[in-house]
Amino acid sequence: MSDVSEPILEVRDLSLAFGGLKVLTDVSYTVPKGSVTAIIGPNGAGKTSMFNCISGFYRPKSGAIRFQGTDIGHLHPPQRAELGLARTFQNIALFRGMTVLDNIKLGRHAHMKTSLFDALAYFGRARREETELRAEVEEKIIDFLEIDHIRNKPVASLAYGLRKRVELARALAMKPKILMLDEPVAGMNREETEDMARFILDVKEEWGVTILMVEHDMGLVMDLSDHVVVLNFGQVIAAGKPAEVTSNEDVIRAYLGSGDVEVLRRTVQGEVAA
Amino acid sequence: MRIATAKESYAADEALFDTPTQRVWLALFVAVCALFPFTANEYWLYMACLVAIHVISVTGLNIVTGFTGLVSLGQAAFMGVGAYTVAVAETRFGTPVLLNLIAAGAITAAVGAVVGIPSLRVKGLYLAIATIASSFILHFVFANWNSVTHGVSGISLPPASILGVEFGRPFALYFLIVPIAFLAVFSASNLFRTRIGRAFIAIRDRDISAEVLGIPLLRYKLMSFALSSFYAGVAGGLWAYFFRVVTPESFPFVYSIFFLAAVIVGGMGSILGSILGAVFMTMVPEVLKLGVGVMSPFLSDAVALLSPVRTIVFGGLIIGFLIFEPHGLAEIWRRIRRFFHLWPFKT
Ligand SMILES: Nc1ncnc2c1ncn2[C@@H]1O[C@H](COP(=O)(O)OP(=O)(O)OP(=O)(O)O)[C@@H](O)[C@H]1O
Ligand SMILES: [Mg+2]
Repeated sequence: MSDVSEPILEVRDLSLAFGGLKVLTDVSYTVPKGSVTAIIGPNGAGKTSMFNCISGFYRPKSGAIRFQGTDIGHLHPPQRAELGLARTFQNIALFRGMTVLDNIKLGRHAHMKTSLFDALAYFGRARREETELRAEVEEKIIDFLEIDHIRNKPVASLAYGLRKRVELARALAMKPKILMLDEPVAGMNREETEDMARFILDVKEEWGVTILMVEHDMGLVMDLSDHVVVLNFGQVIAAGKPAEVTSNEDVIRAYLGSGDVEVLRRTVQGEVAA
Repeated sequence: MRIATAKESYAADEALFDTPTQRVWLALFVAVCALFPFTANEYWLYMACLVAIHVISVTGLNIVTGFTGLVSLGQAAFMGVGAYTVAVAETRFGTPVLLNLIAAGAITAAVGAVVGIPSLRVKGLYLAIATIASSFILHFVFANWNSVTHGVSGISLPPASILGVEFGRPFALYFLIVPIAFLAVFSASNLFRTRIGRAFIAIRDRDISAEVLGIPLLRYKLMSFALSSFYAGVAGGLWAYFFRVVTPESFPFVYSIFFLAAVIVGGMGSILGSILGAVFMTMVPEVLKLGVGVMSPFLSDAVALLSPVRTIVFGGLIIGFLIFEPHGLAEIWRRIRRFFHLWPFKT
């Protein structure tokens, strides 16, 4: 089904360079609406840079990014967020000075209307919007991600796995149309990884949100994704169904070349066979 | 010991003072403030007015520096803009007091937004220096724009008068200044329950992520500067009505350091901290004066030492708090409170 549906995100001939360093070269791929699309590739392949281009934080040298059929290349990051491009960060980017609840609420910022004057008086619109937001965050996000017990904790006091979960919660508060997850299970134990996999599938199926994720855990990629894009040295070397991609010669060579021989044997062959 | 409170609804949980105990304390505090003028002498009323003016200015500075993470050393100069606005409005146009104060806030907000423009490019030390530069430019304007500011001789004002009631003595001024300080603090507390306050804190903690999550940095940094300056402008306007003479010397650079010290000593990013910092820092010079009084029989030039010693003490407090209690008096206060809440059970 994901093959026939229209793309929600289209990346065309995207190139990015820092000085002489070519980070991305003519990268093209599409993310089918309603799919889980994974971007994989060795360390330094340019996956996070790819996300930063989509978010609008990096300005690509050339190429186009189309979201729901329109070019978003000229939009600033906050405008892209408002359109429904939500993301999490590889090196968790929570706001240390805020509680879990406030971190999550912050995600809704672009969709709220409270003005400075409303805010100072906390009257009318401010009160209404904040109360509605609180109810929605509690009922739809906090319950769903099972983080009731930490809602009033400062984020600095949380364990790593929980921080990743709070980041997901904040991204969900952004009313995402496409959710970009940068290594959602990196550094997690098996149980935490399984929880996260369940959340990602639920978000896709129950919330109808398209997922674009970068992940090194091949088990997770095989289990969740409908579509895989392989990036190596800033270039797409393969794309397709998970099984097709992992049996691709170029892909295997890319992983071998990066020195991850053992990792590759265990993950690609082991998981695909299983 | 207090018993845990069950929350009835999210709206109740979002309230500013969400437990009955807190509301009782607030009511008590308001009552004490209302009765204070009838029991205090002229000196303490004078101090209370000064503290209230400082509370407004420190709260404003805390919004931009403590909550948004943009260091500003221009707060005193901004107060100067507000004070001159009121002085000119009062002596030239004789417009109503409250209108003058609002104008002082608005004009200072506009000046503050302009001064804040470099914050889009530079942070930390560089921004601090940019704001210092702006504050020296403002002083130059105060001293040299003779047709408006009367140069070094400054402007003298008549006492504020609202509906025929004259606010000349500290007793009367108290009833003008303290309610405005309450309003200022209350509004700032509200701000940090909404998306705007969250955006400020997010910019302080991680500006790049904040932008990717939907916060336009340009708009919010300037908004923070403008709001902070609005507070400074109103505080400066009240200052003008309080001292009734405004000169370029009224708002020296060390006064900006005084406000920054109050933010740090009270607690960066804390409304309560702004109040505690303002009270504490306003009292420090008074305590030093007392000290000088005690020392003068033994030390012939004790009075001459007052000013340099005061500057050294401000600096020492900034350094001491940054090292030993970066969250300021507000954190010390929280620890004390926690102790009593849990008492007699040990934490
Ligand atoms: N802001 C930047 N300035 C200079 N070089 C950068 C910048 N961002 C990324 N790079 C470089 O671009 C290349 C790709 O980095 P990127 O973080 O996108 O890789 P990645 O695929 O996400 O790797 P990993 O799997 O380790 O997260 C690296 O060589 C990195 O050093
Ligand atoms: Mg990466």
